[in-house]
Amino acid sequence: MIRCIRRAAALCLLLLAALLVNAARVQIVDAGSLDGNPANRRTAIARYGEPRGDILVAGRTVTGSRDSGQQLRYERTYAQGPLYAPVTGFSSQTYGTTLVEDAEDPVLSGRDPLLRAFPFWHELSRGRPAGGDVSTTIEPAMQRAAYKGLGGRRGAVAALEPSTGRVLALVSSPSYDPGVLSGTGREVKSAWARLNASPTQPMLNRAIRQTYPPGSAFKIVTAAAALDSGVVTDVDAPAGTPDPYVLPGTRTSLPDTAKGCGNASLAYAVQWSCNTVMADLGVRIGLRRMVDAVSRFGFNDHGLRIPSWVAPSNFDTRMSPDQLALSAIGQFDTAATPLQMAMVSAAVAGGGELKQPYLVERTTARGGARTVAQTYVRPYRQAMSPSTAQQLQRLMVRAVEDGTGAKAAIKGATVGGKTGTAQHGLDNSGTPYAWFISWAQADGAAQPAVAVAVVVEDAEAEDSRVSGGGSAAPIARSVMAAALRK
Amino acid sequence: MTATTRTADAPPPAPRTARRRGVELCLLAGAVLISVLGYTVAGLAGEHTVPSDMPRYGAGLGALALLAHLAVRLRAPCADPLLLPIAVLLNGLGLVLIHRLDLATPGEAAAPAQLVWSTLGVGLFTVVVLLIRDHRVLQRYAYLSVAAALVLMTVPIFFPAVNGARIWIRAAGLSFQPGEFAKILLAVFFAAYLAANHHTLAVTGRRIWRLQLPTGRVLGPVVAIWLISVGVLVLERDLGTSLLFFGLFVIMLYVATGRTGWIAVGLTLAAAGAFAVGALEPHVHGRVTDWLDPFGSIAAGQGPNQVAQALFAFGAGGLLGTGLGLGHSALIGFAAKSDFVLATAGEELGLAGLTAILVLYALLVARGYRSALCLRDPFGRLLAVGLASIIALQVFVITGGVTGLIPLTGMAMPFLAQGGSSVVTNWIIVALLIRVSDSARRPHPEPTGPLVLAAGDGLAAGEGLAAGKGLAAGEGR
Repeated sequence: MIRCIRRAAALCLLLLAALLVNAARVQIVDAGSLDGNPANRRTAIARYGEPRGDILVAGRTVTGSRDSGQQLRYERTYAQGPLYAPVTGFSSQTYGTTLVEDAEDPVLSGRDPLLRAFPFWHELSRGRPAGGDVSTTIEPAMQRAAYKGLGGRRGAVAALEPSTGRVLALVSSPSYDPGVLSGTGREVKSAWARLNASPTQPMLNRAIRQTYPPGSAFKIVTAAAALDSGVVTDVDAPAGTPDPYVLPGTRTSLPDTAKGCGNASLAYAVQWSCNTVMADLGVRIGLRRMVDAVSRFGFNDHGLRIPSWVAPSNFDTRMSPDQLALSAIGQFDTAATPLQMAMVSAAVAGGGELKQPYLVERTTARGGARTVAQTYVRPYRQAMSPSTAQQLQRLMVRAVEDGTGAKAAIKGATVGGKTGTAQHGLDNSGTPYAWFISWAQADGAAQPAVAVAVVVEDAEAEDSRVSGGGSAAPIARSVMAAALRK
Repeated sequence: MTATTRTADAPPPAPRTARRRGVELCLLAGAVLISVLGYTVAGLAGEHTVPSDMPRYGAGLGALALLAHLAVRLRAPCADPLLLPIAVLLNGLGLVLIHRLDLATPGEAAAPAQLVWSTLGVGLFTVVVLLIRDHRVLQRYAYLSVAAALVLMTVPIFFPAVNGARIWIRAAGLSFQPGEFAKILLAVFFAAYLAANHHTLAVTGRRIWRLQLPTGRVLGPVVAIWLISVGVLVLERDLGTSLLFFGLFVIMLYVATGRTGWIAVGLTLAAAGAFAVGALEPHVHGRVTDWLDPFGSIAAGQGPNQVAQALFAFGAGGLLGTGLGLGHSALIGFAAKSDFVLATAGEELGLAGLTAILVLYALLVARGYRSALCLRDPFGRLLAVGLASIIALQVFVITGGVTGLIPLTGMAMPFLAQGGSSVVTNWIIVALLIRVSDSARRPHPEPTGPLVLAAGDGLAAGEGLAAGKGLAAGEGR
């Protein structure tokens, strides 16, 4: 019996040993995959267990956290939700994060290892550092001016500082309050459904996520390509394009709404927005050199981040000459985000050198005491030669002083601009998009302070030629004025 | 400490074996301190203050431990000094874990009731230690206990099912699980019957291939009772307990007869039974499906089931755990405080804490087996083996179930889990183990006090006594 008791005891020991081995398997070996299982609420509970870090505009927070007492505890609040929604995006317990809330989520949620003051302390204590703060480059006065200027019409504004690439304003209209998506529950779900069903697409960030045919505003790019490639050597010499101009290989003739475009110079064509001249120049530059030129401005860049992802602006790389002619005046498949067009304007204003655009100035530990990451000014691409930029600056100034962009003029500052009116829709039946891209340099300042792109989707198009100057230019003007005031 | 304990365990011949009651008292103080510390830490984490009732809780637990200790000192002075401290520590930890889960589920406080049940358990422990002066007395009540066990197991069938299992009696707001007590009664019966018959069982009978089957006359009653108990349990859908009885029966039969063949027969029967039940019974079939694929319900879009939630909790614990009161094991939802209480331990105390708890159980079981080895009477040996095995099997079935080693069957983790009947039963088991270990470690051969049972000496000495007759005589008295 003794032997049997010993064996039975050994069996019990074996059973307990099996339990220990299995416990080690679950708690050590499988722990990673168990923690990472999407159905495991712990990740979400930990994530929302502490107040989220804040997003700052000019040193003042535009976000907050509210203790909901729910399982996913802290919910996001937004001080001026609709105004800053295209910058912040939303942070929702139900629908995740977008834009800066998404791009800087590791810092905001406290997940970023750099937030830890002492290495290994949080691993040991299993605590989570408080969420860090994110300072943006946005200038509140410009943001407000752009938001007020659009006044709820569908459209967007993007403004850059040409010398640094800082994004000074990023507005999409109509907007929404991202706070309604914070938290869980039926209200959040119905708000989500309502926003998604709205025909005006308030959650669409038109400034960086929507591309529009740039129309005549694109002529700056074509002009830069013409000068850089040597197709045009003297901006004031007649370009030799007839009006109307017959698209190569077709019998379609391209008309001009502006007067005096027959055999006009490049300067005149930019000033008065001659389609014929610019289309012809596009064909003469050729597809390969055009594609090279546009990519130097950022077109076809699928990897642009500010740090939120920016929709790539398109310029086709395989086209027939007639398609190239239309593309050169910002039609056909050419499409650009407002941010891209602000970059075009910034390239001209910045002497041809384009800086990497960025929206996040720096991230800090809670309270701003310790900097976690800082964004430095980085060159993006050399969009054109400095001399080309200088000539284009002159042409753009002329378009404002005495041309299509007269409504953007500001006293005490040099303003350069270019209007655009883009046809779209089936047989160009849609209301044309009104564009205005511009830059401004205060008198006495060393360099332009701001470059702006404005697009208005549903502009009252009394006359397709002036709508760019009519609807979009005043908005650009008020944004530039706000920039010059600071 | 380990060294002193080891000397205490040294085989009997040492003159005047140390009784180690002082060691027991020190360990008890440690057990109470650890529990109070856990209670305080859980309160600090949950409510950021030291719980106001902490001194009261500590004093209560200390008083209970002291009461039990005094009973042992008075009536079982030679008992194993580890048994009682382990029981107090496990019970204290259980209260801490349940209290901690109470904090996460406001309005469903379970700890106060558990404390009442624990008090009752310690009370019964004291009564058992004081009243039963010699474990051999129990041998007389073999048939009475089996009858009582069957009645206890049958009664709940007439009460409404709770969560799919008819194992509760509900009266006057208290629910009560009689099957828990049946465990002890069946262990007593098996021990008594097998002790009386083990020679007959081992020697007689037909030999088929390499298995020596005993005659039906001897084995009949045991198998019949076992079948009835298992049948009742299947009807009641309490499969964990059914598995426990099965294992208990096989181990005790093996220890009594020394036939390896019984293990084979037992395992075959168990496998066949498990397969049949698993295939036919939808409730059990679901458990098997969950075991094979714990995350199946997630893929099916129904969210994580309890087993998956328990695994998440264990995984979140890692090596050192989140700390008491800082985990989220309340996500398990239903039965988090009872069947799944170990997941809270695993998450908040980590693998380190879980290992410590399992080692406590292992020590408890080992001490039971050690008593079995030291005892001289077969009944005592079988009883000690049976009681220790109940704990070991129960720990295996429920721990294996919640950690995904075997399919989950509802059962209470001894001492840790919420459940009054379970706590009370476990305290009685520990009381019996104390009693048995006292006999095992008592210096010998000097007779210790008058035996209640006149024929006890005969039974204890004569392993070859015709057991049927002995039992009959016992019953008749």
